[in-house]
Amino acid sequence: MEANRNNEDYLLKIDNLRVTYETDLETVCAVNGLSIQIKRGETLGLVGETGAGKTTTALSILRLLPERTGKIKSGSIIFDGKNLLNLSESEMREEIRGKSISMIFQDPMTSLNPMMNVGEQIEEVLRYHNNDGRTPKEIKAHVDKTLELVGIPARRRTEFPHQFSGGMKQRIVIAMALACQPQLLLADEPTTALDVTIQAQVLAMMHELQTKLKTAMILITHDLGVVAQVCDNVAVVYAGEIVESGTVEDIFGSDRHHPYTEGLFGSIPNLEKETDRLSPINGLMPDPTDLPAGCYFAPRCPHCMEICKERHPELYVCGSHSIACHLFNNN
Amino acid sequence: MIRYVAKRVLFLIPIVLGVAFIIFSIMEMTPGDPARLILGPDATAEAVEELREELGLNDPFFIKFFNYVYKAVTKLDFGTSYRTQKPVFNDVLPRLPVSVRVAFNGIGFAVLLGIPLGVFSAVHQYSPQDNFLRVTSMFFVAVPPFWFAMMLILVFGLYLGLLPTSGVASWKSYILPMLTLGAQYAGRILRITRSTMLETIRQDYITTAKAKGIPQRKVVYGHALRNAILPVITTAATSFGGLLGGAIITESVFSLPGLGSLIVLSIKLKDTPCVMASIILLAILFSLIMLLVDLIYAFCDPRIKAKYMRG
Amino acid sequence: MRTDTQTENLYEKERRENRRKMRRDFWRRFKKNKSAVFGLIVISILILCAVFANLISPSEFVTKQNPSIRLQPPSAEHWFGTDTYGRDVFTRIIYGSRISLSIGIGSSIFCLVFGGFFGAATAYFGGKFDDIVMRVMDMIMAIPATLLALSIVAALGASMVNLALAVSISYTPRFIRLVRACVLPIVGMDYVEAARAYGSKNFRIIFKEIIPNAIGPIIVETTQSLSGMILEASGLSYIGMGVQAPQPEWGAMLSEAREVMRTQPYLIVIPGVFLILAALSTNLLGDGLRDTIDPRLKS
Repeated sequence: MEANRNNEDYLLKIDNLRVTYETDLETVCAVNGLSIQIKRGETLGLVGETGAGKTTTALSILRLLPERTGKIKSGSIIFDGKNLLNLSESEMREEIRGKSISMIFQDPMTSLNPMMNVGEQIEEVLRYHNNDGRTPKEIKAHVDKTLELVGIPARRRTEFPHQFSGGMKQRIVIAMALACQPQLLLADEPTTALDVTIQAQVLAMMHELQTKLKTAMILITHDLGVVAQVCDNVAVVYAGEIVESGTVEDIFGSDRHHPYTEGLFGSIPNLEKETDRLSPINGLMPDPTDLPAGCYFAPRCPHCMEICKERHPELYVCGSHSIACHLFNNN
Repeated sequence: MIRYVAKRVLFLIPIVLGVAFIIFSIMEMTPGDPARLILGPDATAEAVEELREELGLNDPFFIKFFNYVYKAVTKLDFGTSYRTQKPVFNDVLPRLPVSVRVAFNGIGFAVLLGIPLGVFSAVHQYSPQDNFLRVTSMFFVAVPPFWFAMMLILVFGLYLGLLPTSGVASWKSYILPMLTLGAQYAGRILRITRSTMLETIRQDYITTAKAKGIPQRKVVYGHALRNAILPVITTAATSFGGLLGGAIITESVFSLPGLGSLIVLSIKLKDTPCVMASIILLAILFSLIMLLVDLIYAFCDPRIKAKYMRG
Repeated sequence: MRTDTQTENLYEKERRENRRKMRRDFWRRFKKNKSAVFGLIVISILILCAVFANLISPSEFVTKQNPSIRLQPPSAEHWFGTDTYGRDVFTRIIYGSRISLSIGIGSSIFCLVFGGFFGAATAYFGGKFDDIVMRVMDMIMAIPATLLALSIVAALGASMVNLALAVSISYTPRFIRLVRACVLPIVGMDYVEAARAYGSKNFRIIFKEIIPNAIGPIIVETTQSLSGMILEASGLSYIGMGVQAPQPEWGAMLSEAREVMRTQPYLIVIPGVFLILAALSTNLLGDGLRDTIDPRLKS
């Protein structure tokens, strides 16, 4: 990315993150030297296929990887000046999770506890991060306010998740995530499981809240239309690393792209036209237990050269636009 | 909700009738002559035959059954025990408190031990403690209860002389039976708690709770266990209901005057009225317990409550 | 251009290859579960003992009484000692395995066949048939299992076969419910609809499509019930309502040893240990099978 940006400007800066899942049988290299950064109030879109390592990255930020199998091998995650990987578990719990960084997951149907009413679930977050010393009454009032903020009448606070539709459940999840006004929101495909008509509503609401509360957001998605709608910057993930990143204009407007991005787009749209169609790319993502030498995309790349099979590409930087591909290395 | 409960209670009737029919049929097939039993081995053949006519023992099967049901339903007369010549419930009811105490102690012990250990085992899956608990619980499920009872008697009763090994003289008499039943059922409850917890912990809403920064203890008990515990409660309640009459072997080993041993005695002597009354009572109690469990389920799980509300 | 038969043959070949691979995978995963392997080994040893009992020890020893050497502790001549009648305990234990295992296996087969068929049928046909069968199951389950088994033995007479039958009947409702629960989701699936649509007879559908898919949990339940059946049979024999003396059933042996248990504890410990081994090994095996078939439950 831009080398002249000061480190302190960034809210979150991930450097060279490597994450593996280790079982008795095999080691899955989920994230392989991934670096992204995001400033306060910005929205970064993390785009890629299933299995590219996007969710793993998000879970790593909050250190919610499965205890036995998920291992963060190397790299740093600097949030607001502190390396999250060096914090103790209780610090993560008390200061970061739900408070400074929140995460929402893909399927609203299963994200909420079916046996607690929705008011209680939102109240929980406030109670455990009660740094402002609110009284229980104040907390309840704040819960009501948060519900109203996402368009749910406060009187429904005593109802249970099964009494709400999918879209409304997701709003509740968002309310839970934003209750403590975190600085960063990790949204893992928040609208994928929703009806198309509801998708737009929820996205618009998220964007509005985000602007109002000045929350930065990392939006994980495979849908480029969504990216075009709400993101400031975009990073394309393939086989656990960033193959291309830049501003929305760079990604949608430039004529230079990583071959994978090209494949994702089909035909590159411009900002005037809306598109969300993905055309299939030949082949499959490499086996994460057995990654190829050289460029990970080489086996599927229509522009593959000899050097691609031997050497891992470096980042070609042009202003805010970066591409990790040998095609651009000498320009 | 009332409609649902009423429906369930009404359903009791065909079930009890069915149970009565099954047991009656089985008793009919059992060899033995109640008239001979009542009059004793010295009575003459004619006297026995006369009594048989009097008691209606020579009637065809369905007449007998119908008479029984008719008397029971209209006059609440369940007959007199062939063995004791007294109304059956005089024999049955005094035995009930003993059985209830034994069953309650056993299941109570099992629950108090099994649930926390099961939760611990699930949360620390694959740890050495988990492996130890898994193996131990499996061991106790595989141990024949009468054998375990005898070992306890040997150690605590005969060798150490600490605890009574038969009868119900004092509260101490209930300790060894409690350990016998408790060990076996604790193993079962531990296993089922562990497996439901493991399933629940993998759910998305648990990850959501963790992502909210909720302390581990609240996540495990307030979120996971709350969802996982219902099947465990069902098992515990069902086991309790079953033990009321089914602890016959434990009652035998410790010479406890419970309902189970009464039934065994009555079956051996072909004391049909006593067997019928006891088992009908057990069936009613068991069905009521199951109803109670379902209501608890509805109380805890709002989704099920909604279903029942609709009738 | 391939003919239909050629395509079908290729397809069949691929399916067979897949099944072979699945079997190899299955064994590989199963072998990793040490306790399951232990269970398999122990139960196999017990089965071998039962089958080849007469090669291990002559059958006369089972009932041969010798009052002069009664109640002797384990020695070189009598590995497990002698009982109240001077009989060799070791021989009785070995022959006892025949009884416990045949009752267990016999009951399991009964429950599998009977329960499996009825469970699948009720799920498949549904409607009134389903209702009636379920009501009857409720009735049977309202009677404590041991009591039911006991009353059946009392009615039919105490023998090994009747004991096995009684135990089977008390376990059948569980099987019917389980099979029904497994089959019910499959019955609704499209490929069953399709089979019905092109005219397959109902019976054939049940066998070819439905049962193979429900077989996992059924196998697990069978092995786990096996241990319960063995214990229940020995329990009934213990109180005299099962296999009668002088048969060397382990539970009956425990009952005989009650009077002398203070002075000859080995007469209590040894049959108990064997009962535990039989029950535990089938349990471990069942758990191991379940973990292998459905590895999600493990990791």
